[in-house]
Amino acid sequence: MSKQQTLADILQQQGITRRGFLKFCTAMASLMALPPGMAPAIADALSKAMRPSVIWLSFQECTGCTESLTRSDKPTLESLILGAISLDYHHTLQAASGTAAEAAREQAMEQFFGKYLLIVDGSIPLKNNGAYSTIAGVSNLQMLQDVAKGAAAIVAVGTCAAFGGLPHANPNPTGAVPVTDIIKDKPVINVPGCPPIPVVITGVLAHYLTFGTIPDLDERHRPISFYGDNIHDRCYRRPFYDKGKFAKSFDDEGARKGWCLYELGCKGPTTHNACATVKWNGGVSFPIESGHPCLGCSEPDFWDAGSFYKPLAEPTVDASTIAGAAIAAGAAAGLGYGLYDHHKRKKAQQEHKKVTVEDLGDQT
Amino acid sequence: MTEIELLSWLRGPGFQISVAIFVFGLVYRISQNLALGRKKNLAAPRGNSFSAGLNTIWRRSLFHEGMSYRGYFTLIAGYTFHLGFLVTLFFLSQHIIMFRSIFGFGWPALPPAIIDITALIGMAALVAVLIHRIQDPVLRKLSDYQDYLAWALTFLPLASGFMLVHPMEISYTLLLCLHIIFAEVLLIVIPFTKLSHMISIFIARWYNGAIAGYKGVQS
Ligand code: SF4
Repeated sequence: MSKQQTLADILQQQGITRRGFLKFCTAMASLMALPPGMAPAIADALSKAMRPSVIWLSFQECTGCTESLTRSDKPTLESLILGAISLDYHHTLQAASGTAAEAAREQAMEQFFGKYLLIVDGSIPLKNNGAYSTIAGVSNLQMLQDVAKGAAAIVAVGTCAAFGGLPHANPNPTGAVPVTDIIKDKPVINVPGCPPIPVVITGVLAHYLTFGTIPDLDERHRPISFYGDNIHDRCYRRPFYDKGKFAKSFDDEGARKGWCLYELGCKGPTTHNACATVKWNGGVSFPIESGHPCLGCSEPDFWDAGSFYKPLAEPTVDASTIAGAAIAAGAAAGLGYGLYDHHKRKKAQQEHKKVTVEDLGDQT
Repeated sequence: MTEIELLSWLRGPGFQISVAIFVFGLVYRISQNLALGRKKNLAAPRGNSFSAGLNTIWRRSLFHEGMSYRGYFTLIAGYTFHLGFLVTLFFLSQHIIMFRSIFGFGWPALPPAIIDITALIGMAALVAVLIHRIQDPVLRKLSDYQDYLAWALTFLPLASGFMLVHPMEISYTLLLCLHIIFAEVLLIVIPFTKLSHMISIFIARWYNGAIAGYKGVQS
């Protein structure tokens, strides 16, 4: 496909009708929390959009984010958007390898300097000069800095790129950091999730393609339209939470009746993501709907936030040993004080001198 | 530090520190009270001091005739607040989860709708006693910073907890952090302020009753 083609041309080639395309644009508008009236404008902008060059860098990651984006068994919004970009470099997806692959990246960087979109998944190790992860002999840190220079914007896809994720978890042996710790002079859009919802990734791309700008972000660089709400406020099990009806185990009556999973460790209340509204697998369901509590995978440090199965109300540590020691120490300190006081009183008694009438007489 | 990191700290080391200080402080205050002892009474006892002490603990909690309007207000508002606070503390399901993890056992929770009411009653009574404290000239003169501190430290956990279980525009994680911080600060200051009355009230009343009982007087 030539880079001079517009999305309208590509869609025509793929046999997608104008009606189908408008439907897609309406879905996108609602996803991006835009008024439905915006759909024709999106359609117009998208159909005229030139295919932007995209460089996708994978650092310390598990390829789950790419899997999430590409594994769908029927043409979806995701594939539509992927068709609309020119993915010039992506380890896993590109046919070329070795020197040829790196050459493709360098060529795209040169040809589209200042215009290409950089997508990063995975965290960047800083310890030992970044020796823990290299590509073609170049450290991740170096490559990110080089490629970021000519990028119009950077999308940090997945919790690892957005917040450090699993590699950043205690004790963080590789000194892993997120993209925002390194790149300070370019717009960075964080799309956290382990993996992120595919439609959210494509929604961000669609926004960029449509408006040529990046969506509104919150203080953690997340698009507000997708990460503005927590799971809990949008969860269909919320009425059970409000009534105090909780599943106590995975196979009790409450679990079968679909009650709230708070007591099984649900992190929905502290997790910002669109799972409860956008859902997964083409809108089929999301973890809580399948009976599993939310792990909070799109939040920073989710891996270190205590067990996935400990309720939020439960302390993550045991305090009984420390409380036992505190009882002993408190009792010892109290008794010690008592003994000291007893001794002081006794001494005062011993030193007490009787005053006689003569003594008083002498003084006057 | 992210909100989640703060929350993890509060549910981990922060929790341990506050429990350790609370337990240490309370045990210290009790054992110190007991170890100080009392001067030996050389007079022959005219009654049982132990049971008289217990009796006083109980009797001082009752309404009795001849109380002033102020006395009634203090007693009613005091009871209302304590009841609201303690029921909320011990019968909200989320709190029971926490107690179960500490003690190894739990008990049935009350429905959230009832806890809403007890929390609101607790807060309303707190507001009433605060207004009373500020408006009553004598009480105002008698109050020092500790009284207002104790008030704030009991009000804040209730208020933040109430906001936590109702949809708010504020981040849940932040509210949860605040709620736990307020609760942990409360635990830490209880032994070293007037709030230690949660234990000392029984010791003080018992002593009062026991002294009277020894003399054969009904207190
Ligand atoms: S299942 Fe989780 S997100 Fe849903 S209402 Fe219960 S606690 Fe909230």
